[in-house]
Amino acid sequence: MSAETAHHGDEHGHHDGASHGSLSGYVTGFVLSVILTAIPFWLVMARPVESALWTGIIIMAFAAVQIVVHMVYFLHMNTKSEGGWTILALIFTVTLVVITLTGSLWVMHHLNSNMMPMSVHDMRHAP
Amino acid sequence: MMHTDTAPPGTEPIFHLEEEHHPETSTLLGFWIYLMSDCLIFAVLFATYGVLGRNYAAGPSPKDLFDLPLVALNTAMLLFSSITYGFAMIAMDKGRQAATQVWLAITGLFGAAFLGIELYEFSHLIHEGAGPQRSAFLSSFFTLVGTHGLHVTLGLVWLIVLMVQVTQRGLIPENQRRLMCLSMFWHFLDVVWIGVFTFVYLMGVLQ
Amino acid sequence: MFSNLDFTNLDLQKLVFGRLSLADIPYHEPILLVTFAVVAMGGVVVLGAITYFRFWGPLWRDWVTSVDHKKIGIMYIILALVMLLRGFADAIMMITQKAIAFGPSEGYLPPHHYDQIFTAHGVIMIFFVAMPFVTGLMNYVVPLQIGARDVSFPFLNNFSFWMTVAGAVITMISLFVGEFSRATWLGYPPLSGADMSPGVGVDYWIWGLQIAGIGTLLSGINLVATIVKMRAPGMTMMKLPVFVWTSLCTNVLIVAAFPILTAVLVLLSLDRYVGTHFFTNDLGGNPMMYFNLIWIWGHPEVYILILPAFGIFSEVTSTYCGKRLFGYASMVYATVVITILSYLVWLHHFFTMGSGANVNSFFGITTMIISIPTGAKIFNWLFTMYRGRIRFELPMLWTVGFMVTFVIGGMTGVLLAVPPADFVLHNSLFLVAHFHNVIIGGVLFGMFAGVNYWFPKAFGFKLDPFWGKMSFWCWLVGFYLVFMPLYVLGLMGVTRRTQHFDDPTLQPWFIAAACGAVLILCGILSLLVQIVVSIRNREALRDTTGDPWGGRTLEWSTSSPPPDYNFAFTPVVHDLDAWYDMKSRGYARPLNGFRPIHMPKNTGTGAIIGGLSVVFGFAMIWYIWWLAALSFAAIFIVSIVHTFNYNRDFYIPADTVVRAENERTAVLAGRV
Repeated sequence: MSAETAHHGDEHGHHDGASHGSLSGYVTGFVLSVILTAIPFWLVMARPVESALWTGIIIMAFAAVQIVVHMVYFLHMNTKSEGGWTILALIFTVTLVVITLTGSLWVMHHLNSNMMPMSVHDMRHAP
Repeated sequence: MMHTDTAPPGTEPIFHLEEEHHPETSTLLGFWIYLMSDCLIFAVLFATYGVLGRNYAAGPSPKDLFDLPLVALNTAMLLFSSITYGFAMIAMDKGRQAATQVWLAITGLFGAAFLGIELYEFSHLIHEGAGPQRSAFLSSFFTLVGTHGLHVTLGLVWLIVLMVQVTQRGLIPENQRRLMCLSMFWHFLDVVWIGVFTFVYLMGVLQ
Repeated sequence: MFSNLDFTNLDLQKLVFGRLSLADIPYHEPILLVTFAVVAMGGVVVLGAITYFRFWGPLWRDWVTSVDHKKIGIMYIILALVMLLRGFADAIMMITQKAIAFGPSEGYLPPHHYDQIFTAHGVIMIFFVAMPFVTGLMNYVVPLQIGARDVSFPFLNNFSFWMTVAGAVITMISLFVGEFSRATWLGYPPLSGADMSPGVGVDYWIWGLQIAGIGTLLSGINLVATIVKMRAPGMTMMKLPVFVWTSLCTNVLIVAAFPILTAVLVLLSLDRYVGTHFFTNDLGGNPMMYFNLIWIWGHPEVYILILPAFGIFSEVTSTYCGKRLFGYASMVYATVVITILSYLVWLHHFFTMGSGANVNSFFGITTMIISIPTGAKIFNWLFTMYRGRIRFELPMLWTVGFMVTFVIGGMTGVLLAVPPADFVLHNSLFLVAHFHNVIIGGVLFGMFAGVNYWFPKAFGFKLDPFWGKMSFWCWLVGFYLVFMPLYVLGLMGVTRRTQHFDDPTLQPWFIAAACGAVLILCGILSLLVQIVVSIRNREALRDTTGDPWGGRTLEWSTSSPPPDYNFAFTPVVHDLDAWYDMKSRGYARPLNGFRPIHMPKNTGTGAIIGGLSVVFGFAMIWYIWWLAALSFAAIFIVSIVHTFNYNRDFYIPADTVVRAENERTAVLAGRV
C-alpha cells in the first residue's frame, strides 16, 4: 500500500521472515493471557468496581491489551515479517474493522433515536 | 515497431536473469490475507450483535442466560490449546515429529473440549426456550458465537488431516508450511474469542 | 434448517424433490418458452460442434483444468460476454415495456415478470458481466506486466473461476426452473424476507451470489499475493505499471469487502431458512441494519469495478500518446486515497433512511471529497494527451469516449452526494441514469478499451478496426440516447422500477430511450461481428512482433500469444516503463542458454467442486435436503482429498523452451 515499505518486498533470498517463536515467548504470552483473562472475569463476577460503565471500559481495555499480546507472542507479528506486508495488512484491516463497527453503531444509533417507537414496549423505554 | 533491431548497443545493464528465478513462497502471506478477510466477517457479526444485541423482544437477556464460570472454563480450554499448539510448532522447528504429533493431538483435545462445552451451552439455551428464533439478541448471539465455533470445528478437521499427512510424509517443507498456516488460523480464533468473551459475555452480564 | 420438514406427515415427493414440482417449470410463459427453445437449440449446436470436431478432450485438458492465468483470464472474459447478452436482453425488454406501457396499454410484461427482469439485469450486469470482465483482464495482464510466470496460487485461480461460473449457472437456471428474485439486485428486506418472498426467487439470488462471491474473494487474495510476492527483480512499488497498482487496490478492496457481503447474505439466509430475526420487522429485528451492512460492501464494490478501468485507461493513454504517463506518483496516491475513502461513504446510498443531519452531512462530505482524487486522474490523462502524438486506435477511442462520459456521470454523482438534493432525486430515474453513466461510461468502456488493447497479445492478431469503430459509435450514441432522457425523467420525479405509467407526456422520452437501446444492441452485435471478422481475417491482422502498439510495459516484451511460461528468462526491471526502457537501451532478446522452467500442473478439482456447488446451491434453493447434505459432503471430501496431492508441479523441458523460442526467432526474423 505504501511506498516506503516497498523496497523490503524485493529483497529476495532471505528467509520468509516468519519466526515460529521460542518457548519463553509462548510461555510469556500464555502467562500474560491468563492474567489478562482472569482480571476481567473477576471484575465482572465479583464486581469490585461499582460503576458498570467503568467496569466495561476497563474490561474492554484488557481485551485490547490481550489482543496485542496474542498478536505479538502467538502470531509473531512484527514490522519485518513478509517485508512489512503482514503488519500493513493488519493495520488496514483494523482500520476497516473499526470503521465497520463504529460506523454501524453510530449510524444505527442515530436512526433509532430518530425513529418513531415501533411498539408499546419501545414506547415505554423511549427517552 | 521493432526498436530492438535499430537501437545501438550501449553499455548494457542486465535485463534478464540467466538463472531460473524462484520467487519465495506466497502461502503464508496469502493465508494471512485470508485471515484478514475473515476478520471482516467477524466485524459484521460483532456489529450486528452491537446493534441488535439489546433487542430482547420481551425475552431473556444476557443476565438471565449466561453462565460465566462455564465461559471461563471454555476460555481456559481455548487458551490451553493455543499454548499447546505453540509447543507443537517449537517441536516442529526442532524436527521432532513424534513430539509435534503429540502436541497437535493435545491441542485437538482441548479444541474438542471447547466445542463440547459450547454445544452443551447452546443445547441448554435452546432447551430453555432461548433459541436463535426467540429474539434479535439471541439470533445475533447464536450466529456470532456459532460462527466462531464453526471455525474451530474446521480447524479441528484440518488438524486431523494434517496429523495424517505428517504421519504419511513427515515434517517435509510443505507440511511445515501447512502447520504454520493452521497455527495462524488457530491463534487467530483465539484472538476472536477474546472479543467474544469480552464483548458478548462479560459486557452482556454487566448490563 | 429442517423446520420445513414435517416428520409426522412424510410425503415422498417432498422428501425427494423438496418444493420442486412440475408446476415450477414455466411452460405456460410464451416468452420463456421461446427463450428456452433458442437456448436449447444453441446448446445442442454448440455441444454437437464440440463432439463433431472432437474437441471434448482438448477442452478438458487445455481449458477446464488449466491453471494457466492466461487461459483462465480468457475464460472469464468469455463468461462476461455471454452474460452480457443475457443482461442486455433483460435491459431491452425492460425499456420496451416502459416505452409501451402507458395508460390503457399494460405492455407485455406483467409486474411479477418485470420485477424479476430488473433484478436479474442488475445482478447479472454487476456480478456476472462487470466482475468477470475485471477479474479476467487482471488475471490475464497482471502476471505478464510484473514479469511473472503465473499467479501465486494457480489452482486457487482455476477454482475461483469455476465458482464464479457456478454462481452464473445457478442464476441462469432460475430462468427455466422456478423464478428469480423480485426483490431488487440488493435484495432489501423485509421484501426479501421469508414473509414477503416465500418463493425460490430470493434463494436463487442468495446462492448464486454466495457461491460466486467465494470465487471472487479467493481470486482477490490470489492477486494481492501475486502482486506483492511475484514481481520481477527491480520492480519496486513505484515502478509498478499503473494497471497493476489499480489491480492491487481493487483486490485489496475485494478481500476487504466481499467477506461483508458473504456475512450479510448468511444473515439473510438464516432469517429465511432458520427463522432468526436479524432483518425482520418483529422480535427485535431491524431491516435497516441490512441496508447499512450491504452498502459497506456495496460502495467499495463500485470502486472494485472502476479502479481497474482507470488502470486500463492509464496504460492506453500513455501507449497511444507515445508518452510516459503524466503524474505517475499522483496517479498512485489518488488510487490509494480512493481505496481508503471508498469505505467512508456507504451511507450516501440511503440518506433518506433517517439517520439525521449529522450522519448525512458526514457521509455527504466524504462523498464529495472522493471526487477530488478522481478529478486528479482525469487531469493526468488530459496532460498525458497534451502534446502527445495521439493515435486514435480503438482503445484510445474508448478512452476519449470514457473521459467525456465519465465526467458527466461524476458530476451527477456529486449532485446526488448533497443530502437535500438526494431527498428529491433518490429512487428516481435520475439515479438510474447516474449509475449507468459511470458504469457504462466508466467500467464497460474501460473493459472494451482493455479487450481491444490486449486482444492481439492474447490471440496473436488485432481486432478489426472497422467493426470496432461501429461498435464504439453505436455504444456511445446509444448510451446518450438512452440515459439523457432518463436524467430528464428523473428530474421530473419518475421513480425507478416502475412497470406502467399513467402520464402520457412521459412517453416520448421513453420511446427515445428505447431507440437508444436499439443502438446499443447494434453496438453489441458489431462487437460480435468484429470478433468473427477478425478471426476470419486473422492473417491480415497478424501481430508477429509481440508488440503491435509500441507498448511500454513488460507484457509486450514476449510473443503474442505468450508461451505457457510467459518469459523464457525472468526480466529485470530498471524503469517504470520497463519494456520501453529495454527497447530504448537496445535490449537484445537472448537466443540461447534456455533452462527447464518450473510450472504448476493442471487439475480438475476446481471444476469438480464448482459443479458440486451448483448441485448444492440448487438443492438448498429447492429444500432438497438429502441432496444438499450429499453434495456438501462431496465438496468437503473432494477438497480434503485434493490436499493429499503433493505432486502439483513439473518442469517444462529445456528442449521445449528452445523450440518455442527458436520459432519466435524465426517469426521475428521473417518480419525484418
